[in-house]
Amino acid sequence: MAKLLLILIAGLPTAARAQPSGEDAARIADIGWVLYVGATAIFVGVAALIALSMFGPAPLRHRLSRPALIVGAGIVFPVVALTALLVYVMKPSPTAAREAAYAARIEVTGELWWWRVRYLDAQGGLLFETANEIRIPAGKPVQFLLKSGNVIHSFWIPELGGKLDMIPGRVNKMRALARTPGTFRGHCAEYCGAQHAQMRFDVQAVDAAAFDAWVQAQRQPARAAEPALRQGERLFIQACAQCHTVRGTAAGGMLGPDLTHVGSRPALAAGILPNNVGAMGGWIAGSQQIKPGNAMPSFDRWPGDDLRAVARYLESLK
Amino acid sequence: MTPPTTPPPLPNALPRPADEFAQLERAWKRPTGWRSLTVVNNTSIGLLYIGTALLFFILAGVLGLMMRTQLAAPDSNLIGHTLYNQLFTMHGTVMMFLFAVPAVEAVAVLLLPNMLGARDLPFPRLSAYAYWAYAIGGLVFFCSIFVGLAPDGGWFMYPPLTSAQYSPAVNADLWLLGIGFIEISAIAGAIELAVGILRTRAPGMTLDKIPVFAWVMLVFCGMVIVAFPAVIVATTLLELERAFDMPFFITGRGGDPLLWQHLFWFFGHPEVYIIFLPAAGMVSMMIPAMTGTPLVGYRLVVLAVISTGFLSFGLWVHHMFATGIPQLSLSFASAASMAVSVPTAIQIFAWIATLAAAVRLRPIKTPMLYILGFFFVFVIGGLTGVMVAVIPFDLQAHDTYFVVAHLHYVLFGGMVFPLFAAFYYWTPFISKRPLSERLGRWGFWLMFVGFNVAFFPMHFTGLAGMPRRVYTYAESQGLGPLNLLSTVGAYLIAAGVLVFLIDLARNFRPTIDNNAGNVWRAGTLEWLPSGSYGLRSVPAVTSREPLWDQPGLAQQVDDGQHYLPNAPAGLRTTLVTSALEARPDYVLPLPGPAWSPLLAAVGTAGFFLLLTFKLLPLAAAFGVLAVVALWRWLWDADTGPDYPPVDIGGGLRLPMMCSGSASHASWAMVLLLIVCTSIFGSLMFSYLFLWTTNPQAWPDSGDLPSPVRPMLSAMMLLAAAALALAAGRMMTQNRQRALRGCVAGAALLLAAAPALDLVTHWQAGLRPQASAYTAATYAVAGLQAFFGGLAVVMAAFTVARSIAGRLRPTRRAALDATRAMLLYAVAQGLIALALLHAFTRLTG
Repeated sequence: MAKLLLILIAGLPTAARAQPSGEDAARIADIGWVLYVGATAIFVGVAALIALSMFGPAPLRHRLSRPALIVGAGIVFPVVALTALLVYVMKPSPTAAREAAYAARIEVTGELWWWRVRYLDAQGGLLFETANEIRIPAGKPVQFLLKSGNVIHSFWIPELGGKLDMIPGRVNKMRALARTPGTFRGHCAEYCGAQHAQMRFDVQAVDAAAFDAWVQAQRQPARAAEPALRQGERLFIQACAQCHTVRGTAAGGMLGPDLTHVGSRPALAAGILPNNVGAMGGWIAGSQQIKPGNAMPSFDRWPGDDLRAVARYLESLK
Repeated sequence: MTPPTTPPPLPNALPRPADEFAQLERAWKRPTGWRSLTVVNNTSIGLLYIGTALLFFILAGVLGLMMRTQLAAPDSNLIGHTLYNQLFTMHGTVMMFLFAVPAVEAVAVLLLPNMLGARDLPFPRLSAYAYWAYAIGGLVFFCSIFVGLAPDGGWFMYPPLTSAQYSPAVNADLWLLGIGFIEISAIAGAIELAVGILRTRAPGMTLDKIPVFAWVMLVFCGMVIVAFPAVIVATTLLELERAFDMPFFITGRGGDPLLWQHLFWFFGHPEVYIIFLPAAGMVSMMIPAMTGTPLVGYRLVVLAVISTGFLSFGLWVHHMFATGIPQLSLSFASAASMAVSVPTAIQIFAWIATLAAAVRLRPIKTPMLYILGFFFVFVIGGLTGVMVAVIPFDLQAHDTYFVVAHLHYVLFGGMVFPLFAAFYYWTPFISKRPLSERLGRWGFWLMFVGFNVAFFPMHFTGLAGMPRRVYTYAESQGLGPLNLLSTVGAYLIAAGVLVFLIDLARNFRPTIDNNAGNVWRAGTLEWLPSGSYGLRSVPAVTSREPLWDQPGLAQQVDDGQHYLPNAPAGLRTTLVTSALEARPDYVLPLPGPAWSPLLAAVGTAGFFLLLTFKLLPLAAAFGVLAVVALWRWLWDADTGPDYPPVDIGGGLRLPMMCSGSASHASWAMVLLLIVCTSIFGSLMFSYLFLWTTNPQAWPDSGDLPSPVRPMLSAMMLLAAAALALAAGRMMTQNRQRALRGCVAGAALLLAAAPALDLVTHWQAGLRPQASAYTAATYAVAGLQAFFGGLAVVMAAFTVARSIAGRLRPTRRAALDATRAMLLYAVAQGLIALALLHAFTRLTG
């Protein structure tokens, strides 16, 4: 029995064993424990009652066969237990007073099938735009403004807290607080079409100094390309500028993700590919094989040298 | 010590006349050969219905197996996203719409008349029509997956994903039109079952004595009648948006995607209780029979079932906890979602108390095994349901595999296990042999173990971050081992179902005259000896378990000693009784085999399916077929000479027809009007909801057209009402010409009023595509125009009957139904005008 439990626990996915990092996630995990323990206890109780009602001693079975059981276990107990549960859950959380001072305000827009991320200042002006990657300061509250211009998506970082839908025509606001630094996975959690399964993103909580440094770096335009990379830059602007933006160059397209600092992201293509020259080249040449139906065509007629040049150029945009 | 009373004499004495039984058998004879398609007997239709539902269960189950096979390993390339997204959409859609609701409705069609002491359902051709429409439409709909045309927007079909922009292909339309009309089939069945439960019972079977399954089906019918219209309105609005660009759900033009979610889930949540409650009712029948003791707490259980029905309408917002709507509505839904578990707990403990009171328990037979499996699985599902009712917890669990686990635990546990118990339990009612105990055990254990192995791990994968509706997942998420386990479990379930099918093939031999009999020694009326005529005579009952409390009942009924042991005038008949006390009211002649229900079903199915593919001339042809078949069908209804009263025995002479508000037909009409009210209510909600979320799309009162024409429309409606009422009086006085004039006049006014309203809007420059306001306005006015058209058709039919001499004071059902519809349409029209013109003026 113990071996079975060990096997079961060993099989649990990594995230289930990890400690929730977000403030909301921690509160939910606490509620979760109350629910699991309570549910297990009630289940065991009901199972015991069934067993006793069928196989128990006659006097006990006689007592169980009266309508009093129905009233006691079927009405009184659930009403008491559920009222207690409601009171416990509805208690306002300590952080119910939402501060006005967020350490970051991040507008995330669900696209098909990636995430447009825009960092805003306190007045709502744009600081910079990036894609599929979010960094937040650890230990401080941030606000997400969730939007969509197409179908309904849902923004979910399991280790930080609950999810909130991104609905066209609405801006849903979500508060998040990572108690400690760490890396977290995010998923789209509302079926949004063909590649809903491949719409993920990465979140990093870093200390305040690192966060400020990152924000400053992101606000800079792209470095001028070194001579070895100029061929790649030229090809990129020729073929990709209609859809993509690299600030500091002529590329200003808004249809696709901003690529100004793409080289420093943890992953590519909305959290599904590693970020290196090979994967970048593979994506450019075969995006329709990797994520069929997405808006970027496969550049599969390019000669290998051109692909490598563009990939190396993009990887240099750190 | 009270002196023993002599039992009252039985209604009819022996010996019965020589030809009586033969006459009964002749009247109820089933058609053979290729004419079998015209059968209307509830036992035949019920059996076909259950078989078809089982077929869809297997087909949708295979789709589920394919999904699990793809998900067995991370980053699997077995099934690509296009097919997978169709698979999960079809799995959900077929299971919910083509298996679950039809299966429980089918069990009711098969069993209820016998359980209540009736010979058949009150509208046999209607149940035949409902079955054929469902079977044909459902099978064609399912075949869409073979040609890559299956819908892929999820069973819940949220816009904007399912709007024309993001789902341009015909797949979504197939869902909207295909499922939309299958709802019509379900509503027709619900109206009929409700009238049957209320008005065709054995004398003495007061409401306090009806089997729990009948109570449950009554609540089921009420819920279907109120909830299904909401999804009909939702699918109509989305189809109008896709086909005619009327922007109900498009934000940029005043629409709101959340409108769909409200409408869909207002239907969708009661839907799952519509599925669960009948299964619970079946459990309430099986446990007493298998334990030899009456159900403990019958009244509490009935109260619980009724409360669940009502409460379930308040919970729909719990599907929308993550949408960002205000906290107050979320909290209400959360509390209500927890509260609904109380009536369910009442039922569970009533069953446990009955087990405790058991007189006989061992050996534990297959139905009881499945019931124990139901307890295990459903209680877990109910507990995870309370967990997801807690909003913070739900914000993590929503749209993950945790919810997939929860919903399968409550639906598979709460409905499929009881259904398999019911198969094993009621097979002796409809088969020469019962099913095998040995194969039953194998099937049960495979399904039970397989189910838990498949779905329990999903609680963990969900909380670990696996969203729903994903065709694959990454290796790095570490979800591989648990998903593989789930897939193994799914194959075990399939093995269990296969064993069941083998059992069916080996042992199930359909019959009604020669069934295996009351093998469980149960107490309710369906276990009386029966034939194609139902019961030989309709018993007078004095308790909830007549077979236990009235010794010798089976023999007495079969000898013809109870009520109505014959076929008066050589016709199929059943007894109509009063709703509360079940006092015999009249004898109802029932129709025999007919082609018209089948042809009308083919026509209806063809019309909707061809409309999906925009093959308009062909669709119109099928529509004409449906209307013609329907006309023929209704032409035969309520006809014939004025039969003399019938002696049913026990000194009772009853009329052989009834007209007016006491008739079963007018009760059906009332239920139909409640359906119409629910449709109109959902549409009004849509209009008002769009106004609250996008008031800027509404005009200022200064921009509205002059109120003269709407006033004129209202006058026309009032005049129509006056004429409709006059028509009723003309009928009583048998003044046929005046009657025809009144009916025709009322209908024409009812058609003209919305026509005028539509013209008014058009001439004011409103176009349906302009904004959500104009779209909603045309939708409301359009609905009224539809009712105007319906009024004209019904009036034409009534006038035709009058001319043909088929309408008289004793045969006036056509006029009464038309009159009721006319008056309803007037009321709806007046409210619609107030909404479109007065409300807009007041708030502009």
